[in-house]
Amino acid sequence: MAKDVRERLFTTVSGVPIERLYTPEDIHDFDYGRDLGDPGEPPYTRGIYPTMYRSRRWTMRQFSGFGTAADTNQRFHYLLKHGQTGLSVAFHLPTLMGLDSDHPMSSGEVGKCGVTIDSLEDMETLFKGIPLDQISTSMTTNAPATILWSMYLVVAEKQGADWTKLRGTIQNDILKEYIAQKTYIFPPKPSMKLIVDTFEFGSSHVPQWNTISISGYHIREAGSTALQELAFTLYDGIEYVEWARRRGLDVDDFAPRLSFFFNAHNDLFEEVAKYRAARKVWYRVMTERFQCRNPKSAILRFHTQTAGCSLTAQQPYNNIVRVAIQALSAVLGGTQSLHTNSLDETLALPTEHAARIALRTQQILAHETGIANTVDPLAGSYFVERLTLDMEKGCWDYFDRLDEMGGMVAAIEQGFPQREIQDASYEYQKAIERKEKIIVGLNDFVMEDEPPIDILLIDENVEAQQIERLKQLRDTRDNGQVRTTLTALREAAAAGDRNMMLCIIDCVRCYATLGEICDELRAVYGVYEEPSF
Amino acid sequence: MDARIRVIVAKPGLDGHDRGAKVIARAFRDAGFEVIYTGLRQTPEQIVNAALQEDADVVGLSVLSGAHMTLCPRIMELMKKESLDDVLVVVGGIIPDQDIPKLKEAGIAEIFQPGASTEEIVAYVRNNARKK
Repeated sequence: MAKDVRERLFTTVSGVPIERLYTPEDIHDFDYGRDLGDPGEPPYTRGIYPTMYRSRRWTMRQFSGFGTAADTNQRFHYLLKHGQTGLSVAFHLPTLMGLDSDHPMSSGEVGKCGVTIDSLEDMETLFKGIPLDQISTSMTTNAPATILWSMYLVVAEKQGADWTKLRGTIQNDILKEYIAQKTYIFPPKPSMKLIVDTFEFGSSHVPQWNTISISGYHIREAGSTALQELAFTLYDGIEYVEWARRRGLDVDDFAPRLSFFFNAHNDLFEEVAKYRAARKVWYRVMTERFQCRNPKSAILRFHTQTAGCSLTAQQPYNNIVRVAIQALSAVLGGTQSLHTNSLDETLALPTEHAARIALRTQQILAHETGIANTVDPLAGSYFVERLTLDMEKGCWDYFDRLDEMGGMVAAIEQGFPQREIQDASYEYQKAIERKEKIIVGLNDFVMEDEPPIDILLIDENVEAQQIERLKQLRDTRDNGQVRTTLTALREAAAAGDRNMMLCIIDCVRCYATLGEICDELRAVYGVYEEPSF
Repeated sequence: MDARIRVIVAKPGLDGHDRGAKVIARAFRDAGFEVIYTGLRQTPEQIVNAALQEDADVVGLSVLSGAHMTLCPRIMELMKKESLDDVLVVVGGIIPDQDIPKLKEAGIAEIFQPGASTEEIVAYVRNNARKK
């Protein structure tokens, strides 16, 4: 046989070597019942429902948020009009950092990376004309998740919606913030406490709500490999379950509402293997490690977003093609919901036009390609099954190392996942610069003098307007009541053993701002500073 | 070793996306520069203060949040106030084309947009950092 002269080029996006051919030999110890099972049956490798997209398509959920609450409300209505089936809110950085728009550190950031939300008033504007008992809403909120969820619950209540009917997800995953995205406020211990509070509160008051979305997306965006994304994310899941159990919660009371969130990068088969392995590994974690009794506790449901970090600023229309292939992997991998990135993602937040093409990409996959007609169509492929088994094995290996370190919080304090990701991202960058990996339009097939494309510009007046709105709010609300609820909140935080949700809801109800609430919590909990490594 | 270029890599503003900052800090180290990474969420005052204290030849700012038009000119003003005029200031991140002239006018020497290679950035810094 001719020698494979280009051998060194045959690796996945993550750098995993790939063989010329996969045969029955590669999966010789494979057992259908043990390794796959039918869809809807343990270990759920083939999917969590027997009929998958034949009975219900994935939810098309485009992450959006920019400018004021009114700007984003308009975008929500636009997306719903064009066939989007769920909402997903992007908050601006001050909100995510627990700061009001008039805080000095918020200067220049207001409405830039997401929507400006300072108080219940903004949240009311955000969901104006959208009946919250009829749609599911995902909110990318991490450190201040309890507060933003409380605002959502109060808006729903004011609309006359019953909390037990509300469906949606709060991202609420602080571990991946320490590991990757770095949007944290409090140190690990109080942060984990607040998260367990949401598990407890959700199971008794908002039973259909996913109280966490344990996220690999940001880990991957920070430069991890596919395996690291999977292993660290699932292990974050283990850590949350451990902390909830230590509180005395019954696994089966909250685990059915844990959800996951993965990235979809360019390597189609590697990504499909990742999703399939995720379900299988989680099934074993929940049944063996945590001895769950409710079958729903062992089912991994996940959202997918295509990889922002894979897109190029150069020849941006090519990104439409990348996104389509990434979205394909998510659907072949059995995702429950999907966000497809806009072609202008590397340049700015998406224009309406770019956001519509992204949504249309999902609709084309769903309606024109036939990929959703049968469940888990890649099962039985020697190659995909081998990749899935390897992905699973890699996970268990990482789990052993993390167990030895004393769990994920301990590993984060030692800088372990952060270093693993940094090394992988540097290696990836070098591989691109050595042209071992070709990125079309970036390090090959380059065009000089590209015409610029229209991008979304955030009105610089948003900041001044929002600060004025905030001033009016502080002047007109019942400040005595605000003070009383904030004091009660601080006392509850200091007591340490009380579920904080009801206290936070009380603050939110009387229009205490997010920054004011976080200030009280910061005073008790302190703030996290990243150790340097 | 006195001739080594001293670089501050800083992330101003609230943005926590530090993949680029970490990659470039490492590339600078591999290129033989002395690198001080300030960590996240630095105010313009903290960054300029670090440049002063560390006797930096170069300040590399990484901004992906869209706040660059507020933060970068403010940093440049403070740099001037501290008479750090010969310190080379470069920016990397999500910077739209139309903002580049204004940033250069404010005194930013060069802007590296998405897709810039570490090789190109290292070469630029090597060629343009103040001579000792």
